[in-house]
Amino acid sequence: MLEQTDISWLIGGPQGSGVESGANIFSRACAAMGYEIFGKREFYSNIKGEHSYFVVRVSNNAIHSNINDVTLMAAFDAETIFRHADEVIKNGAIIYDSDLIATKVDEVHNMDLNYKQRLLKYLDSKNKPYTIQGILDIAQERGVNLYPISFRNVLSTMADEVNNPRLKGMVRMFNVLGVSFSLGVLGMPPETLLSSIDAIFAKKQAIADLNKKTANYAYNFATAKFPNFMYRLRQVEKKSGTILVQGYQGTALGKMVCGCRFQPYYPITPASDESVYLESNEILDVKENRPGSTVVVQTEDEISALGMTIGGALTGTRSATCTSGPGFSLMAEMLGWAGINEVPVVITLYQRSGPSTGLPTRHGQDDLMFAIYAGHGEFPKMVYASGDIEESFYDTGRCFNYADVYQVPVIHMMDKFLASSVVTCKRFDSDKITINRGKLLDKIEGDYKRFAFVPDGISPRSKLGLENGIFWNTGDESDEYGHISEDPEIRIKMMDKRHSKLEYMLKTIPPEEQAISYGMSDYCIVSWGSTKGPILDAIDMLKKENINIGFIQMKLLHPFPTDYIKSLLKNVKMVIDVEANQTGQLGLLLKQNLEHSPDYYILKYTGRAMTSTELYDSLKNIMANKAEKRQVLTHGA
Amino acid sequence: MALKIGDYKTQVHNDWCVGCGDFGIVNAIQMALSEMQIPRHQAAIFSGIGCSGKTSHFVNVYGVHTLHGRVLTFAQGAKLANPDMKIIAAGGDGDGLGIGVGHFIAAGRRNLDLTYIIFNNGVYGLTKGQASPTLRLGEKTKSLPTPNTNYNVNPIGLAITSGFTFVARGYAYDVRHLKDLIIAAVNHKGLAFLDVLQPCPTYNDINTRDWYSGMDNLDESKKQHSRIYKLEDTGYDPVVHYDSETEFNEKLTQALIKSLEWDTKIPTGIFYKNEIISQYEKRIMDKIPNYMENPPSSQVVSSNGKPTTDISKILDSMSV
Repeated sequence: MLEQTDISWLIGGPQGSGVESGANIFSRACAAMGYEIFGKREFYSNIKGEHSYFVVRVSNNAIHSNINDVTLMAAFDAETIFRHADEVIKNGAIIYDSDLIATKVDEVHNMDLNYKQRLLKYLDSKNKPYTIQGILDIAQERGVNLYPISFRNVLSTMADEVNNPRLKGMVRMFNVLGVSFSLGVLGMPPETLLSSIDAIFAKKQAIADLNKKTANYAYNFATAKFPNFMYRLRQVEKKSGTILVQGYQGTALGKMVCGCRFQPYYPITPASDESVYLESNEILDVKENRPGSTVVVQTEDEISALGMTIGGALTGTRSATCTSGPGFSLMAEMLGWAGINEVPVVITLYQRSGPSTGLPTRHGQDDLMFAIYAGHGEFPKMVYASGDIEESFYDTGRCFNYADVYQVPVIHMMDKFLASSVVTCKRFDSDKITINRGKLLDKIEGDYKRFAFVPDGISPRSKLGLENGIFWNTGDESDEYGHISEDPEIRIKMMDKRHSKLEYMLKTIPPEEQAISYGMSDYCIVSWGSTKGPILDAIDMLKKENINIGFIQMKLLHPFPTDYIKSLLKNVKMVIDVEANQTGQLGLLLKQNLEHSPDYYILKYTGRAMTSTELYDSLKNIMANKAEKRQVLTHGA
Repeated sequence: MALKIGDYKTQVHNDWCVGCGDFGIVNAIQMALSEMQIPRHQAAIFSGIGCSGKTSHFVNVYGVHTLHGRVLTFAQGAKLANPDMKIIAAGGDGDGLGIGVGHFIAAGRRNLDLTYIIFNNGVYGLTKGQASPTLRLGEKTKSLPTPNTNYNVNPIGLAITSGFTFVARGYAYDVRHLKDLIIAAVNHKGLAFLDVLQPCPTYNDINTRDWYSGMDNLDESKKQHSRIYKLEDTGYDPVVHYDSETEFNEKLTQALIKSLEWDTKIPTGIFYKNEIISQYEKRIMDKIPNYMENPPSSQVVSSNGKPTTDISKILDSMSV
């Protein structure tokens, strides 16, 4: 049997059928066996019915992305088979509900017409019937194993065996069946399955028990029926201090640790998960006698969310909000107010595909320029991007420090891919976070001027409620006290004072916090955000073929660290811009700041995250001089 | 040492028009603060945009002059993070009932312990007199090219139905009465709304000072009657005294009926007062018991630059 240490598992079904909890059970079971996990979720903007799937990549090497190939697929509806059968590799397998075999393309009502037409054309070209049978025939001819199981019969037989007739019709158990069949086929120890279910349903014992019974039965059924799958997952050496974490939890935990105590928000995908998680953990363990807490407020809109956040920040409280593009649009007027009044707030911006509501549940990095230029007039702000979930924890701490130290709004760029990924990573270490409140005063004597002209441009900050610390704020231009002033000399001084912070940031933020360089060569990728994972993996794949490509991961995107990036790119012959947007926004920034456009662009804007496989292919084309200047990636349903 | 009215005044030049009702309101605020002896650093005036927005610069307490229609969002954020602050939000009728009306309703539903004063003059003064949401349908003030085409909102009725638990109306030229209303509003446990009728001498040539005082409001014997009257002079009882649906409905209904009076008789005073409905702060305490004694602004989050928050239990549950 082939020892396989890097497999990709896909589970799919209609939205609302438990795809996500199925994937969580699988991920946890694999992680408990010592594997690294990289899982990503894809779903429609829909409550129930549309196609939803989760791909979990499992490896005992460090992995940072998904790949194109699927080793094993568990499909409990027809659409999953139609959409993903072609991704399953030779010698891989499809576990599917055999009751679906005669289902016609036309009978899958949720599938959009364009896709149906493409599918029919494809089946036609292969001379196959327009049914599940047809698409599976194609897979089988490629050497894919087909593992048909009647999900209903399994439930029904089991219901009789355990004498629980209610089980017969419980189609919502299909997800657990799919996972359990998969673990059986992969030869994983059954106890990993059961303890994973226990962990996932920790708060609902009765549900856990029923699921475990079903899982156990399905697991044994699959091991007996399909004992010869080539790929097996056995226990590997476990790295201690590993956690299995979902994307939005990185920033939420970062906020708890670094002292964010106030988070107003307005619901929006994919950002609200973070606030809901913060609220679920609103009471905090603190190393003093009394517990701390995060006050999370659901507001009436995003304008209010940022308005309240600013109000909170004026009291000296570390305050934040989180949103995605459409919500951030509404916040733009508030952002300017925070800018002119030098209020430290953090906005965690989970990008998704725009414009407008665009692809509401899909990935994108379309909002870089918007974040940099948001708000009318001219005022300093900071735009900072995290590349993965582990980074997002520590970066959240940094963003709050930047906000406090420079007294500016900080926009922390995240995205849907990061928010809804599930990964294993090193346990977050709170000791690595420092808290720097900057020039926040606890005591004031004498005449106080909130916006005093000081050499470094950062006036000591009072807070509401502080004796002798009375200040005024206004959205108008103001004097040093904060009172409205239209005096031309004051105007110049105030504008210059505020803008001087941008230079000061570049001077005082350590280079390693501005950008990370992962080895240099003649060829260099420049990118930002969640493309980091696919890039690292693609670079690794190329390295095995003795092709060396460097990579600069930009973190500080505004103000742009021109001199530092110039120095990094000094000896580079070719710059490749990789981004999840249509226009290559970072490329534009490079052009603006370095007076040099990237030589190549690799872009993806289907709303689906990049896989390392397609990135690798594209980079190879560039290396072989066979590529157009602009490469567009398309993988993924 | 006792704080005098003068201590609550700033040196900032006041550029409101001569005869503007806003002067009366800012005086009443300063009088109220001094009568309550609220330490200056424990009070904050938040304001919106427009003539009324400048109010925060004229009062010598923390002053936060915010954005058009958004004053309540800032004010509530500050109050939630530091519930010890006495916060008065001030804004115009266009500001709060036009662009800001969503925040107005949402604030009512929350019922945080703060006071919101609307300077109500029926026009957008600072942009030269366009119709505000409180101007009546068909009225043509002097800067309108044609009569107003919109029906008016009823600020009192809207506040009552949105959940404000203290709803009152004052008149900018009856400063003492207004001062008393402000004190009652600030002392109220919950969200208080004050609609202040404030003649705009420059742009509203209909609801003028003379109009309110009834120069044209004559009875059969040609005697002039002031339109403004005080609810308390009529034996009106706005208070919800006990926790019963009947009592709630009676007090709500009578307040709504009163809110409809206009034209010849315009009530001022307290329309509705309910301290039985829980404050938002109490609702937070149901989830976070020590919220009031350890609110966000008082929490110690670091010691020598290191975090004091311990997330190890959460991380344990994520361990594999």
